[in-house]
Amino acid sequence: MQYVSNSPGTQEQILKAIGAGSFEDLIRNVPKSIRIGRLNIAEGLSELELVRALDETGAVNRNFKHFIPYLGGGCYDHYVPAVVDRLALRGEFITAYTPYQGEASQGTLQSIYEYQTAICELTGMDYSNASMYDGASSLAEAALLALRHTGRRRVILPASLHPEYAEVVRTYLSFVDCQIVTVPWKKGLTDPAEISRAVDADTAAVIVQQPNFFGLLEDAPALAAAAHQAGALLIACVNPVSLGVVAPPGEYGADIAVGEGQPLGNPVSYGGPHFGFFTVQEPLLRRMPGRICGRTVDKQGRTAYVLTLQAREQHIRREKATSNICTNQALCALKGAIYLSLLGPAGLRRLSLLNLDNAHRAFRRLTELPGVTPFSDGPFFNEFAVRIERDPVKLRHNLLKRRVLGPLSLERFYPDMKNTYLVAVTEKRTDSDLEQLCAAVEES
Amino acid sequence: MSASIFEKHSHNDGSWLPRPAGAETEVLACLPEALRRRTAPKLPTVSELDVVRHFTTLSQKNFCIDTNFYPLGSCTMKYNPKVLDAIAASTAFSQIHPYQDEEQVQGALKVLYEMQKLLSEITGMDEFTLQPAAGAHGEFCGLLITSAYHKSRGVTKRKVLIPDSAHGTNPASAALCGYEVVQIKTDVRGLVDRADLEAKLDDDVACLMMTNPSTLGLFEEEILEIARAVHAKGGLLYYDGANMNALVGICRPGDMGFDIVHLNLHKTFAVPHGSGGPGSGPVGVKKDLIPHLPRPRVLKKGGAYAFEKDAPASIGKLRTYYGNFGAVIRSYAYILALGAEGLEGIARNAILNANYLKEKLKDIFELPYPGPCMHEFVASARSQKAKGVRALDIAKRLLDHGVHAPTVYFPLIVEEAMMIEPTETESKETLDRFVEILRSIQQEIDQDPQKVLEAPHTTPVSRMDEVRAARQPDLRLR
Repeated sequence: MQYVSNSPGTQEQILKAIGAGSFEDLIRNVPKSIRIGRLNIAEGLSELELVRALDETGAVNRNFKHFIPYLGGGCYDHYVPAVVDRLALRGEFITAYTPYQGEASQGTLQSIYEYQTAICELTGMDYSNASMYDGASSLAEAALLALRHTGRRRVILPASLHPEYAEVVRTYLSFVDCQIVTVPWKKGLTDPAEISRAVDADTAAVIVQQPNFFGLLEDAPALAAAAHQAGALLIACVNPVSLGVVAPPGEYGADIAVGEGQPLGNPVSYGGPHFGFFTVQEPLLRRMPGRICGRTVDKQGRTAYVLTLQAREQHIRREKATSNICTNQALCALKGAIYLSLLGPAGLRRLSLLNLDNAHRAFRRLTELPGVTPFSDGPFFNEFAVRIERDPVKLRHNLLKRRVLGPLSLERFYPDMKNTYLVAVTEKRTDSDLEQLCAAVEES
Repeated sequence: MSASIFEKHSHNDGSWLPRPAGAETEVLACLPEALRRRTAPKLPTVSELDVVRHFTTLSQKNFCIDTNFYPLGSCTMKYNPKVLDAIAASTAFSQIHPYQDEEQVQGALKVLYEMQKLLSEITGMDEFTLQPAAGAHGEFCGLLITSAYHKSRGVTKRKVLIPDSAHGTNPASAALCGYEVVQIKTDVRGLVDRADLEAKLDDDVACLMMTNPSTLGLFEEEILEIARAVHAKGGLLYYDGANMNALVGICRPGDMGFDIVHLNLHKTFAVPHGSGGPGSGPVGVKKDLIPHLPRPRVLKKGGAYAFEKDAPASIGKLRTYYGNFGAVIRSYAYILALGAEGLEGIARNAILNANYLKEKLKDIFELPYPGPCMHEFVASARSQKAKGVRALDIAKRLLDHGVHAPTVYFPLIVEEAMMIEPTETESKETLDRFVEILRSIQQEIDQDPQKVLEAPHTTPVSRMDEVRAARQPDLRLR
């Protein structure tokens, strides 16, 4: 299959029009010694054959349609209403370029402006950019911002932060002259007193993840106070779906709030593409990474939207830019904007309550089973950890037999956390789903 | 302009979600008061119909590949086959979780593994990571690998050389890794200035980042000599794959001496641009650098696919999970559909189309580098500027004709630059029409320049007050 629009005959005509004797004439600057023959890749497929081949490859994946996922750890099986994809996959959005040519991109630009507004409302923060790669890279960029803004050289990471997020922060900061201090958790939670002890006059930022990796809700207001006491910034990394009922970062004084946007209308899709959201309070606006859309007027004085504050960005400032990010996750963020519009305040409240309720019911039901005990007695939103004192091999076998995916074994990240599992429960999980999970545990 | 969705009001009680079983106060009892939200967010309250109408109306204010020719240099705005969207959205690939056990997702792992191999074959590299989310993310990855490599050999090198024609992400990525950026000049031929390179190349150079063909659309014909020179000083050669579509099936960066390559799947390999993302920026390396690739790679053991468990020399992770899988699978399917012959057709037709346009436009615009080009070329509107009309004005006037503007004022080294990339998927008929449109604009410049200076006339808005946007930032509704 080829997707070119010129027949071999037309290609010949073009060659003639150019005045080239052959195609080889056009690429004569490529040294002969590096020219290759045919690539060692199979012959092409028709669309029919392609779909058949990919269907076969995909058939061996155990997917959420036929299995019940209790897996979370940063991305979650939420319901995505039909409208989201119908709109976002319109050719006018999916095949448009970055809206640098404002007059030809008012649709995208206005949707970014509305996305920024919705994310600010959700988080209670002053300003949002147009999106980042994912939650973890947003967090890493937030740490970079804090280091640059304060001129200080320490960043405090709670050990309750998602381990992959912690690893990404370390990767991003590996070339910055700074120290990353990890504060251990107690019963899965970060102790504000420990943070108070850890911060000093050289601390740029304290990071809090809300809910944290174990699904637990940290005492974010106290952590914010501990950070601010030493003049450090508070960076909050939050689950957007929780914010219908859980205090948003703006309410406890976060200076930077970021998070993984996947729960807002994006499929899990084996971990990507998702999007990161990135918000700041006013004083940090001009240090924000990434694209930002602003509202202005055109020559006739009509409302118009345009990418702005570009003096922060790489295509203008090159090595002096606030970040190297160019392409972001625009379409995923658009899905987020559409999803939030479909939710509205009432829907968001309902969604948060459903998650909270379902997760707590699952928690109560599971911990009634013999050998199943809570990992912590702290408050949680839609994910929690439990110890399941059963043979893990048997348990795995029975879960799969009952068509249950997960829960996530924490041993994967912490070798000493044997028999401890992270259970994610969204609005999609039903009572009968829960019975399958419980039955698998009981049978093990 | 459409009212914002926040200014529209209709009914929405969230009933596309089920009603919670318990009463609200009961459900909330598990949340400590101090951790509860105090004020509801002011999200829009509109019916489903109004959401559909709002975003559909917005979409109609966009130019896009599906409706417009998009000769946007360096961006490779080509047709994105629809079947790829369908495959990425299929339940089998979109409804799976990154933390599922490996044996439950062998299909997904097969896609990742085979993609590592396919991209290695296409670029002549030894191994790939699919983790980076975009080109700039790939650059960051490549530079971290560069640094890890030198460090593993016990040396510290502080400089990165970058030609003055490079994308802005190159210096920005180098700065992110703490490198000092040293710019290399372009010579009169439009190629890397060898004398300037020799002068700046020393033992302190960690790598030279190159885009080949360059953003001028020219193949760096002395690439083998350049590679030898860089390697002789212990430096690495980094390939920015933004223009890989010019080379597919013709030659490979790996054979030119490049040690690290990033690709933009959203350019050469048909992932739609999505109004600015998501993209995907896989990074390929030569053998010696494999241990430094980000965690985790996919390996094949016996008949099964699995993640590499131990990678002590890895640079770590650049993001969560394994990359933009939904983008990677599109490119994977695209490569399978095209096959060896179809892949070679990408470069062949991209080069033919670009040279055709270059030939047809040579009597309208100055061409600073008149010889054959690869997949794109840079024209200059210098002679038009003398008549008071600039490249930007021409770009805006093109919008009135339903053609997206070329990339203008880039690369920075060409005055009034217009960078034109027709891509391989456009027909001769479309290219001919584009030439006619530019000819008519040229006539207007001579006879009615005001028409061009005030363009666009037919888009939803005319030129915007960008100064006001920056000086009085209005970045959200309050």
